[in-house]
Amino acid sequence: MNASPTTESKVATFVNIGERTNVTGSAKFKKLIMAGDFDAALDVARQQVESGAQIIDINMDEAMLDSEAAMVRFLNLIAAEPDISRVPVMIDSSKWSVIEAGLKCVQGKPIVNSISLKEGEAAFIAAAKAVRRYGAAVVVMAFDEKGQADTADRKVEICTRSYKVLTEKVGFPAEDIIFDPNIFAVATGIEEHNTYALDFIDACKRIRATLPHVHISGGVSNVSFSFRGNEPVREAIHSVFLYHAIKAGMDMGIVNAGQLAVYADIPAELKERVEDVILNRRPDATDRLLEVAEKYKSGGSGPAKAADLAWRNQDVDARLSHALVNGITDFIDADTEEARAAAEAHGGRPLDVIEGPLMNGMNVVGDLFGAGKMFLPQVVKSARVMKKAVAYLIPHIEAEKARNAAKGIVEASQNNGKILLATVKGDVHDIGKNIVGVVLQCNNYEVVDLGVMVPCAKILETAKEVKADIIGLSGLITPSLDEMVYVAREMERTGFKVPLLIGGATTSKVHTAVKIAPGYENPTVYVPDASRAVGVAGSLMSAEGRKAFAAEVKAEYAKVREAHNRGQQAKRRQPIAAARANAFKTDWSAYKPEKPHALGISVFDDYDLAELTRTIDWTPFFQTWELAGKYPAILDDAVVGQSARSLFNDAQAMLQRLIGEKWLTARAVTGFWAANSVGDDIEIYGADGKTVAVLHTLRQQMVRDGESRANMALADFIAPKSSGVTDYIGAFAVTSGIGVEAKAAAFERDHDDYSAILLKALADRLAESFAERMHQRVRREFWGYAPEETFTNEELIAESYRGIRPAPGYPACPDHTEKATLWKLLDVKNNAGIDLTDSFAMWPAASVSGFYFAHPEAAYFGVGKIERDQVEDYAARKGRALDDMERWLAPNLNYDPVRKAG
Amino acid sequence: MNSVPKTQALEKALAARILVLDGAMGTMIQRRKLDEAAYRGARFANHKIDVKGNNDLLNLTQPTIIREIHEEYLAAGADIIETNTFSGTRIAQADYALEDVVPEINREGARLARAAADAFTAKTPDKPRFVAGALGPTNKTASISPNVNDPGFRAITFDELRAAFREQAEALVDGGADLLLVETIIDTLNAKAALFAIDEMFEARGIKLPVMISGTITDQSGRLLSGQTAEAFWNSLRHVKPISIGFNCALGADLLRPYVAELSRVADTYISAYPNAGLPNAFGEYDELPEATAGHIGSWAKDGLVNIVGGCCGTTPDHIHAIAKSIAGVRPRAVPVVEPAMRLSGLEPFKLAS
Repeated sequence: MNASPTTESKVATFVNIGERTNVTGSAKFKKLIMAGDFDAALDVARQQVESGAQIIDINMDEAMLDSEAAMVRFLNLIAAEPDISRVPVMIDSSKWSVIEAGLKCVQGKPIVNSISLKEGEAAFIAAAKAVRRYGAAVVVMAFDEKGQADTADRKVEICTRSYKVLTEKVGFPAEDIIFDPNIFAVATGIEEHNTYALDFIDACKRIRATLPHVHISGGVSNVSFSFRGNEPVREAIHSVFLYHAIKAGMDMGIVNAGQLAVYADIPAELKERVEDVILNRRPDATDRLLEVAEKYKSGGSGPAKAADLAWRNQDVDARLSHALVNGITDFIDADTEEARAAAEAHGGRPLDVIEGPLMNGMNVVGDLFGAGKMFLPQVVKSARVMKKAVAYLIPHIEAEKARNAAKGIVEASQNNGKILLATVKGDVHDIGKNIVGVVLQCNNYEVVDLGVMVPCAKILETAKEVKADIIGLSGLITPSLDEMVYVAREMERTGFKVPLLIGGATTSKVHTAVKIAPGYENPTVYVPDASRAVGVAGSLMSAEGRKAFAAEVKAEYAKVREAHNRGQQAKRRQPIAAARANAFKTDWSAYKPEKPHALGISVFDDYDLAELTRTIDWTPFFQTWELAGKYPAILDDAVVGQSARSLFNDAQAMLQRLIGEKWLTARAVTGFWAANSVGDDIEIYGADGKTVAVLHTLRQQMVRDGESRANMALADFIAPKSSGVTDYIGAFAVTSGIGVEAKAAAFERDHDDYSAILLKALADRLAESFAERMHQRVRREFWGYAPEETFTNEELIAESYRGIRPAPGYPACPDHTEKATLWKLLDVKNNAGIDLTDSFAMWPAASVSGFYFAHPEAAYFGVGKIERDQVEDYAARKGRALDDMERWLAPNLNYDPVRKAG
Repeated sequence: MNSVPKTQALEKALAARILVLDGAMGTMIQRRKLDEAAYRGARFANHKIDVKGNNDLLNLTQPTIIREIHEEYLAAGADIIETNTFSGTRIAQADYALEDVVPEINREGARLARAAADAFTAKTPDKPRFVAGALGPTNKTASISPNVNDPGFRAITFDELRAAFREQAEALVDGGADLLLVETIIDTLNAKAALFAIDEMFEARGIKLPVMISGTITDQSGRLLSGQTAEAFWNSLRHVKPISIGFNCALGADLLRPYVAELSRVADTYISAYPNAGLPNAFGEYDELPEATAGHIGSWAKDGLVNIVGGCCGTTPDHIHAIAKSIAGVRPRAVPVVEPAMRLSGLEPFKLAS
């Protein structure tokens, strides 16, 4: 700290904002923060400043993180590091509470990133006033009530409006306003996207010309998104884009300085074609850039041509390898027989084919997958080839075994280890678990899969019986978390020594570290996705590696626990009485509820599946296969596009077959009743006006600190009994899963896990689509409060319509046990053929249920963490014991139920 | 209470001449050699812990002494006197278990200064005297950990500071302060909390009083204790639109000059400076003579660096008298026009031209 006091302040012309201390942008930083390794996270910040970042962007927006606590801790630590805190920070969050927590920790003048007109002018003014009072500059996104600006006109329109509001109504200094007019990807293959870069550049010019003193910023890497995986071309795109955008007035940017080519050094041909794309100079610009893109990519390989059968001319080992890598089953029996015959001719054994060419091929698959050059759907297809080849060899191997047994020779198993997998009791979801099983088998593990709804005793019994080396538990719904804790404790109690793996959608490293691992002395490891399963299993199986790995995991989890406990100062909550006083309010006397066209129950047997294919939301389907990206853009993604497209084609083909051959049956039941709210409960009335059921809803208890938002409960959207208004409520349960199990089992018998998993994933999508389609028909026909409604599928997915259909077990009503009431009301078991498990999971798994609320202001929300006072009251209302209710609501408790009060 | 005419009078005076702030309160109290019983007075005779050294408490137990000191400074030529409320937050008073009398300490502190100032204004209406409600830094820092083993730890939060300063500011305004002075800032985040609270109070009351801000450059590193340079400090607080920004305490006038000059160059508002009477000697006493202090400050004035001058630790009415003489008739610094630019800061300033 020896700078001369008269140093000129640093004056910049283009400001580079460091982006690596952003959990949404840097996987490495996210990992460090999630693990509570703040020392290493500080190093990331330090390196950024050392390598020239003039401002560092800090973002802790991660669902599994207490973002406020992480933001505060990180900023406080930075404050103690003069070589980092010498530069200003950009406090980046989509949540105002996180931004405000950050603003309270910095002595310097920071930038807030970001605010916008998205929630309307009043919210925008309130946020801007607060930013000003904290003494920060601000990034304003070109986003308004109608959405994010894409065209130049919209960008300029929103920025101009924001500018006027800020300078005229808030008194915000124009020089402290930074507009982010949205940089979107170009060259996506979608024609409307071709002008995106030019729109941004044009908007920059107009904003700088008409709105004095403001600054313009943006996330530069977005623009080259379609060339992910081709770094040289991306760098050229960034450089060309910045060259023009800076000339137009952009003066700040989130840029990875290491990811920027020198404009003058870009080869002339590439520069011209990139410039054609950025400036949209010719209609075929994207195609022409694609033509040359591969040439500039170092070590790139062209797309495989499906119809090219040249590989058939190679020798048999190469053909097997090719078939495995490309997932081709057409010739596998013949090729396997040829290899077997060849082995036999040289005095070899059938097993040699597996351990030779087949394992070699699978090793190639493993390497490509590990290097991110192959993706899950392809790997599962490879596994199908492998299984079919092995299935072909089995009779030969058995015959050999029988001959050897006759001679008294017994062979030890040759695989990497035996892994037992199970979806825990009460849970029926198994797609992820099945994928893990396939991937492990590909890597020469023997997998014993016990299926779904497996009781603890069965898991432990089988594990002993088959001498499993590792046990893996899976689950998707929240009650499964408790069951896993139970299994771990039972393993400890009964003296198990084998490692325990934990996976599934609701599981997490934090939950594993905090709740499961402490119950079991031996290694207990969270496996975030199928891609990691092999690495973890490998580390645990090698004698030398296991000790080190186990110690490493143990130490890491201890840290995670410590970080978790530190972040666990209970979130601020208000008493339930105060939360109720701040309930969502509306003028019931001015509201005339529409009466559903028919009250009572309607049953839909055998719903038309073809109709349901039209409203499928495909994005989650790709997520199931660990392919990240939004549909339809994912089909053209530079990295996973090819894999996504091939998977999508297979899905479309299977959809046609499953409809044509009627593999599945879709059934639904809906019901509508008169209803009124009484406190936080909803009374449901039969035709005779008598109460037939009472729904119990939970209310948000977060402290609102001067914010105008209400503390909501679903009951708020139904007219109170005291208002004298007759209101209505609906309920539904739909399934498209009838027939799935039988068909999937048939695929599995045919060694075709790929098709089995594909079918289950499609059934899930059809169920969601069914729920969406029924809701649409409810709005237009059955309840009929929005008969004129017309929305596109995108708008349906974005839930732009009036009314909601919240499901028990999800954020607005996290209590799974409310499904019991729903099942009674609709007689779901008989009317739709859906069962409930002990944990209130629906069976078949491809099912959706919930309630319909029609109030125009009804909206989805998360109840979040709640206090003991509400849980006590809720348990009393439901007539259940407090500890029972606490068990069901465990993920939502803002207190530790073990530490009894008093 | 209508504060608008006083604000206008202050602005008029600042435009016309260099104003003089008073000198040290603590030094003058020390001279009286008060004992524990004097500090306690009758009212706190049975208070559970010793209160000697709690100068702010004297507003309640020895009001005559405080009023006399104010009058000595006014007689020496001070235009602005500071209330005796440097430690008047519940955070600082917790050391004496006197949190409950915090509002009273501040209200009475402002009233005593108000009465003294009004008496002098009545005598010379063409030289109006002003009362600055003083808010000190508290004894805790919001951006520095007191625990070397846990740099992320904080003994106090922004919101705790904000609440404590709000309480103090309300009472100072209730007692009649013309303006507020957030002073001896060693951690800019504490000051931000104070200024945030003051702004909220103004909004709630529907008033707007002038606010002076004064930081402390701890040593010749040229930085605040919390690490900021002078310009970074200004960038952090500029949004408040204070009537003045400056430095006080820690250094004598000779060593403080470069930092005052730096603020003078970058800040588009009035500049204040009230240094110590040199550095303390081996006995912890300040022995810089009034003429020496006044000599330095006089040259600042002639070089156009300052608008408000006065003294901090070790200065006396004699120093203030000498300072008033040294700046008499010298043109005040003209507030520069600063081109619009986004001015941010970490520990160091950062500027992006518009």
